[in-house]
Amino acid sequence: MKETILSVKDLTISFQTLDGKVCAVQGVTFDLKKGETLAIVGESGSGKSVSVKAINRVLPQGNTLYEKGEILYNGCNLLELPEKEMQKIRGKKIAMIFQDPMTSLNPTMTVGKQIAESIVKHQKLSETEAMKEAVNLIDLVGIRNPEESSKNYPHQFSGGMRQRVMIALSLACKPEILIADEPTTALDVTIQAQILDLIDELKEKLNMSVIFITHDLGVVAHVADRVAVMYAGRIIEVGTAEEVFYYPQHPYTWGLICSMPSLDTEDENLYSIPGAPPNLLNMPKGDAFAQRNAYALQIDFEEKPPFFKVSDSHYAATWLLHPDAPKVIPPEEILRRYKTFKSFNKKEKEVDVYDASIACAGE
Amino acid sequence: MTQVLPAQENREVVLKIRGLKKVFNPGKKGEVRAIDNISFDIYKGETLGLVGESGSGKSTTGRSIIKLESITSGEVTYKGQDISKLNNKQEVLKFRKSMQMIFQDPFASLNPRIPVKTIIGDALRLHKICSTDAEVTQRVNELLDIVGINRSYANRYPTEFSGGQCQRIGIARALCVQPDFIIADECLSALDVSIQAQIVNLLIKLRKERAITYLFIAHDLSMVKYISDRIAVMKDGKILELADADELYNRPLHPYTISLLSASPLTDLHKEKQRKRIDYDTSTHKYPEGTVAGMYEILPGHWVYCSAAEVLKYQQQALSASDMGN
Ligand SMILES: Nc1ncnc2c1ncn2[C@@H]1O[C@H](COP(=O)(O)OP(=O)(O)OP(=O)(O)O)[C@@H](O)[C@H]1O
Ligand SMILES: Nc1ncnc2c1ncn2[C@@H]1O[C@H](COP(=O)(O)OP(=O)(O)OP(=O)(O)O)[C@@H](O)[C@H]1O
Ligand SMILES: [Mg+2]
Ligand SMILES: [Mg+2]
Repeated sequence: MKETILSVKDLTISFQTLDGKVCAVQGVTFDLKKGETLAIVGESGSGKSVSVKAINRVLPQGNTLYEKGEILYNGCNLLELPEKEMQKIRGKKIAMIFQDPMTSLNPTMTVGKQIAESIVKHQKLSETEAMKEAVNLIDLVGIRNPEESSKNYPHQFSGGMRQRVMIALSLACKPEILIADEPTTALDVTIQAQILDLIDELKEKLNMSVIFITHDLGVVAHVADRVAVMYAGRIIEVGTAEEVFYYPQHPYTWGLICSMPSLDTEDENLYSIPGAPPNLLNMPKGDAFAQRNAYALQIDFEEKPPFFKVSDSHYAATWLLHPDAPKVIPPEEILRRYKTFKSFNKKEKEVDVYDASIACAGE
Repeated sequence: MTQVLPAQENREVVLKIRGLKKVFNPGKKGEVRAIDNISFDIYKGETLGLVGESGSGKSTTGRSIIKLESITSGEVTYKGQDISKLNNKQEVLKFRKSMQMIFQDPFASLNPRIPVKTIIGDALRLHKICSTDAEVTQRVNELLDIVGINRSYANRYPTEFSGGQCQRIGIARALCVQPDFIIADECLSALDVSIQAQIVNLLIKLRKERAITYLFIAHDLSMVKYISDRIAVMKDGKILELADADELYNRPLHPYTISLLSASPLTDLHKEKQRKRIDYDTSTHKYPEGTVAGMYEILPGHWVYCSAAEVLKYQQQALSASDMGN
């Protein structure tokens, strides 16, 4: 078993707004192992960015409430660390690529200088050496004429180039953990592949661990060792990429997989999960997905499902896995995937019953 | 030297672009030819997909069409009118109502100090779509419903939304003035697949109901193929290939398009791990001084950027590709 480098336990975060309390993250629990890539996917607004911003403590200070939980890194709880200590970790040990590149780059400083500054801060190189290293990084993320480009300001770059500058900036200090929040959304497939390869390479070289947030399931298939699926502030399914893609158990995961278009989709209408996500100001009782779930059981409207164990690495929070639950037939696309899954695993995996040690998130 | 594209019969051209060029920092050290002499038409009610690598000039093309960027040379004609000649306030306002853009960076395109209901409400008032407060509130609520944002979030500021929520607010703002022409610049990039599908279905519904025309800029080739009638492939400020969507995917001719298609990630885990990428040699579209290169119609409606000498080669390639298809 690989060593765990980061452990998030029962993380619960809300925001105070004029309209009331927004429960953005509710009991998120996961471990990150050394050298692994964990992908987080899920509905827009489900709390992916908030969960990972909490790790580096970069949520707005005024109205964020850390209600419960802890984030353990090297044995200490980051949520309790004094800001001064946190500064030694943020950006240096744990680096983050933000979803909104423009708001996290300094518009008044050339990008080369921004990267060099970060290098100097963390690596004790001379300014000229740092600048050289910065140009090298700009080259590595696939920006042409790196020397020239390093002298440009962020607004002179295209959307995808800015995203790549962010990536260079976060890699500048060779972090132990890289948190990448939708780092390749604005990138075309070629550059995307190049960036993914670069992250992979650094992962190998530095034994870096990566948390990768994306909605591009193609990217997930490419990079992830494990995948966590979020819905309305919770993780509802977690497993290896293969398990989540080919043996998904939660009806939300089914819906997500069924919505993926492929190069040969011709249908009149694309499938999309009916209904809207719940209002986080006023969470419903029971399973937050129940209202939109064609497979919902009576109990889903009353009680939150705990995690059920599917395999040693695969857990899903759905009552359908309870031994007493009626058997349901998943959508056709999912059945097709189950077949594929069986074909490369030979024997079908038996679903274990309720595992109390993991169930804390569902209390 | 761009060939003049013949108008396809019976179809009304809403947007005509001829010899468009945009050079940033001309004559200076950091000169960038963001758009290098492009020409194309967009027909009424169609969706033209614009794809290409990062930095190829897609956003600049969109921004030039909607007059957010001054153009270096060339002509953009919208509904028969040269947009560079739109000067008086009334005309510009009318143009802005008719043509809207959904911006690539959802966070940066929304004013962080204004709550969402005011962002949309101000646009509704400016274009005289609503006049009373009650009307505005009702319309804002309807728009939030359409893009799947909870109505009770209307008082929030853009910074209080997630990435995908911001993007949908940008979409609501563009739709609120009921435009005829929408430039959608990576408008799905921050959305999860289910909400992507919801937004795409919405865009298609509007196209059916109101004959809206779209310039759909994106890098996700499967989505572009799904939504577009025709697709233009851009690289280094040039359009290298332009054809009907199916034709482009089934019979890509330019080596760049072929490479782009081969790089598209597959959602199938096992095929994805075996996928082979085909590399592209950028010198293919860089012709020596003196060679005349431009858009040539290789097959009806299928255009490729090449030199006159290469036309025959592409025609043969197209024929052999269709033989193989049979
Ligand atoms: N500062 C804030 N104040 C109030 N609510 C907030 C704030 N920041 C985020 N939220 C809300 O918290 C929820 C979770 O947001 P988060 O940014 O984590 O979503 P996400 O999963 O990253 O979504 P996306 O894929 O769209 O980026 C959202 O519903 C969002 O509206
Ligand atoms: N204001 C500016 N000043 C100087 N150069 C610019 C400016 N805006 C854009 N550019 C350059 O023009 C080129 C095209 O940029 P554009 O934003 O159109 O690309 P794009 O195709 O939209 O790319 P992406 O997919 O990354 O968004 C890039 O090389 C960019 O650096
Ligand atoms: Mg996010
Ligand atoms: Mg762009």
